[in-house]
Amino acid sequence: MTSQEALFNYSLRLGDTSIILAQRLCEWTGHGPFLEEDLALTNIALDIFGRGKALLEYAAKVEGKGRTEDDLAFFRTDREFFNTLITELPNGDYAKTIIRQAMIDCFDLAFYTALANSKDETLAGIAAKSIKEITYHKRHSFSWVNRFGNGTEESFNRLQQGLDEIWAFTGELFEMNETDEILIKEGIAVDLNLLKADWEKEINQLLTKANLVIPETLFMQKGSRKGLHTEHLSYILAEMQSLPRMHPNAKW
Amino acid sequence: MGVINFEDLFEAKLAKNDMIEPKDWMPENYRKHLIRQISQHAHSEIVGMLPEGNWITRAPSLRAKLVLLAKVQDEGGHGLYLYTAAESLGISRDEMLEALLTGKAKYSSIFNYPTLTWADVGAVGWLVDGAAIMNQVMLQRTSYGPYARAMVRICKEESFHQRQGYELMTHLAFGTPAQKEMAQDALNRWWYPTLMMFGPPDSESPNSENAIKWRIKRETNDQLRQRFVNQTMPQIEYLGLTVPDKNLKWNEAKKGYDFSEPDWVEFKNVIKGNGICNKERLLSRNKSHKEGEWVRAAAMAYAKKQNENYEAA
Repeated sequence: MTSQEALFNYSLRLGDTSIILAQRLCEWTGHGPFLEEDLALTNIALDIFGRGKALLEYAAKVEGKGRTEDDLAFFRTDREFFNTLITELPNGDYAKTIIRQAMIDCFDLAFYTALANSKDETLAGIAAKSIKEITYHKRHSFSWVNRFGNGTEESFNRLQQGLDEIWAFTGELFEMNETDEILIKEGIAVDLNLLKADWEKEINQLLTKANLVIPETLFMQKGSRKGLHTEHLSYILAEMQSLPRMHPNAKW
Repeated sequence: MGVINFEDLFEAKLAKNDMIEPKDWMPENYRKHLIRQISQHAHSEIVGMLPEGNWITRAPSLRAKLVLLAKVQDEGGHGLYLYTAAESLGISRDEMLEALLTGKAKYSSIFNYPTLTWADVGAVGWLVDGAAIMNQVMLQRTSYGPYARAMVRICKEESFHQRQGYELMTHLAFGTPAQKEMAQDALNRWWYPTLMMFGPPDSESPNSENAIKWRIKRETNDQLRQRFVNQTMPQIEYLGLTVPDKNLKWNEAKKGYDFSEPDWVEFKNVIKGNGICNKERLLSRNKSHKEGEWVRAAAMAYAKKQNENYEAA
């Protein structure tokens, strides 16, 4: 793998992770539990889509084959997507959406803060812009985890159920492969091993404050780094890509 | 010292074009009329999130998705200011929501029409928001202060949405034959429902008279409808599209277009609840509200505990 290929894969992975997460979040738009939360979640989806778009634009540029960000988003197949599995899981109820978001926000804030120091100027620029946004997202999701954990019995039960459903997908956030190895050497990528201890500490504090119990299973799912997904991704893509694929020569 | 006649003061303010503010005395009918109008407007924004929201996950480009998502969010934001403006008249958001969810309150009938293709997203932005602006521009100078001020911001955003809708239609109308066909089909379906948005003809509009007297409204339904057609026809011609009305033609004498009336029987039917989406829209709002119940309960319970802890400390 050349370093250019690695940079393409890396940008693609980050772009896909953002786009698929935002695609899930915007399923809530117009259906939130109350108006203020509807607006907040839509706003978060907007930030993450914006970041995903910038990352895929960069991936397309790095690839240098004349593809655009839309070609990458709408004309790749299921096995060519590299978003982390946790992003494609169905939203479930609001507790599951929130606990998933908290796991990701906690990771993303540390990750993009580190990426802002990347030797790759474009990635560093996108990351720097994202820090402020993710700081707000994290404050939002963390405060709701706390509220649900210390709200009613029902909200606590739902939150615990949500955590049980997503926990096994959190390990993959830290998985690395050859792409990372090449780019870490060049000072471009973030060494995810360095983020793990802090993430675990912060998440532990959050879960303790919300009275939650971490599921006993230590087994962690993985696969997305190789384009291996859950059954959910194909449905997301079928919906998301339908129009461009119906009109492959159209401009929108 | 003479006795102050509140009604005279109110009338004097109206006559001077002064704003009526929440703490001012106002006739009960004026208050009721405004609560009805502002809450209907707020409900329309909230229900209006649904037909366009229908296409967010299927928007055909990343840019289009961002634009649509931001637009739908704006509509929700408008709902929020408007509910707040209505609350200043002494009604709670819960009461207004209850009226919407039980079907007691009305919202703009246009949102009971379905968005069948991507072109409908463009048509809604361009035509529906365009028609809404015609109504809303005059509301920036309406007599009730909080409503007028909310409308200033709303109008700015709506006119942005209208341009975005038109831009979307431009891509389609100048795109592939299939895209152009999609654009024409959307225009065919949205033309008359849009004309209906201005309300029944002046001869049959029961609420108009007081509304004009109180400066809640400043132009009649028919005047606004005529202005909308005059303004929109050049835009349609630029796109190379046609209106589904054989009688539409320029009338030099009145310096405006002659056009066919919409089907008022259909209009009444949709208002009565017989539009293809009436039931679905209401079910959808009820479903979200019901599924959000435990979230709201948790937030309240948590806030209560926080207060207790604060007081105990």
